Amino acid sequence: MKKLLQRVYLFMILLFLYAPIIVLIVYSFNESKSRAVWQGFSLTWYQQLFSDSKILNALETTLLIALVASIIATFLGTFAALGIIKMKKKTFETVRTITYIPVLNPDIVTGVSLMMLFAFIGIELGFVSMLLAHITFCTPYVIISVLPKLYQTDISVYEAAQDLGATPFYALRKTIIPQLMPGIVTGFLLSFTLSVDDFVISYFTTGGHVENLSMIVFSMARKGVNPKINAVSTLLFITVMALLLIVNKRELSSKKRVSKNKETLLNIEK
Amino acid sequence: MSKRRFSFPYLIWMSIFIVVPLLLIIFYAFTDNSTGKIVFTLEHIKAIFEPLYLKVIGRSLFMSLIATVVCFILGYPAAMILANKDFAKKSTMLILIVLPMWMNFLLRTYSWLSLLENEGLINRFLVSIGIGQVQLMYNNFAVVLGMVYNFLPFMILPIYSVLVKIDKNVIEAAKDLGANNAKVFGRVIFPLSMPGVISGITMTFMPALSTFVISRLLSGGKITLIGNIIEQQFTITGDWGLGSALSLLLMVLIFVSMIFINKYGDESVGAGGLL
Repeated sequence: MKKLLQRVYLFMILLFLYAPIIVLIVYSFNESKSRAVWQGFSLTWYQQLFSDSKILNALETTLLIALVASIIATFLGTFAALGIIKMKKKTFETVRTITYIPVLNPDIVTGVSLMMLFAFIGIELGFVSMLLAHITFCTPYVIISVLPKLYQTDISVYEAAQDLGATPFYALRKTIIPQLMPGIVTGFLLSFTLSVDDFVISYFTTGGHVENLSMIVFSMARKGVNPKINAVSTLLFITVMALLLIVNKRELSSKKRVSKNKETLLNIEK
Repeated sequence: MSKRRFSFPYLIWMSIFIVVPLLLIIFYAFTDNSTGKIVFTLEHIKAIFEPLYLKVIGRSLFMSLIATVVCFILGYPAAMILANKDFAKKSTMLILIVLPMWMNFLLRTYSWLSLLENEGLINRFLVSIGIGQVQLMYNNFAVVLGMVYNFLPFMILPIYSVLVKIDKNVIEAAKDLGANNAKVFGRVIFPLSMPGVISGITMTFMPALSTFVISRLLSGGKITLIGNIIEQQFTITGDWGLGSALSLLLMVLIFVSMIFINKYGDESVGAGGLL
């Protein structure tokens, strides 16, 4: 009896969490514009979506920004982690605290403060300012993903490679970077997902000159429910889910790899 | 060779895009240049305490508090059920609870519109069972609901990750010493779960306090929270001084709650909730 109650309770919580999403997805396939009636399965809204140039432009902006921002953030963040870890404890703590600021600050504060910065240094709000903002909030996540891997890394291999005549960069590329790869890829995918997902920071740093998908959804949703947004939402939802599955799978398999390595190590010791 | 210089590009980036913007918030919050000259002023800080804004701050605090309490009441039992060692399919359930967190919060908020609107599913259900149409959208209820919906997983996860780590021997010991279930919960389990509860409360309360999207969409612009005022200052009114002062207020609130968390919580809890 108790078990049944527990199950029912969890089911209610999940229903609460998923009902709106499911309704949204189902209605994106509804033929009728009114949400009151189900008039049969149709792809009308998806067709309209792909002939709407405003939405297509926003899709292009979203993906382009996400791709460029996450690539730059990955380079910036990985090298940052390599350097930060060598710093004196006090400097390290300071840099780490500052790095956490964009993660902890409310998005609206990050957004408006960047908006003021762009006005201050004279960068016009638009594509470039949005890109700079996205790199700024993605890089900390790369650093946070790479740092733990860096703690596990064996530095002596890197030193050995240099002793054997490798140039520092060659040694880095051949010894440290491969060990950091899982963290780097996770950081990249995380950045990409966060960038695709962002609304608040983009909203303040584009000045209405460029729009990403989230901003389109916001401006359409202000006027109430619109089946075209349901279609966009469904596509976005599926994209994010797919990316997450990839990230999780990577993490799982890298965990398995680590435990396998440990097993082999133990066997050798025996 | 020191590898320290690898971080130089980032350090420069960090200074320009993280440190300078923060300094700008402080600068605009404490200066005035309406006369053409930049002078130090406390006017913007004082403005926060005008009845008009005080009312908005009060409303924001009140609504986020209600949302946090509801999240706690709904979330704690859910976390307890999940943490129970007899509960099968634990990892599947956890993934199911985390998944919506990764969906764009704008979409999560928007998706409620199709349920709450006058011709939405809930109202059609209410009409069909004879209660009749109820105004669910564009009011306080809708905004609090939106907050609870968006942040409930942030409450469940930290509490779960603490509960699951509690040493079962402690509970056994309490039972052996004659405590009944209520006493075990009140004197052992609940106090031990406090770090999770505190980080859950912060992770729900802070985003609820600073939101402007949830209130804008679900109240149709009728209900104004701190976030909406900040947004207006930067997009419509152009009063950066007041906007910065309010942003500073939000940051101070975050800072205070971080100190609180560091005092009572442990780091792993926060991180566990984040990813």
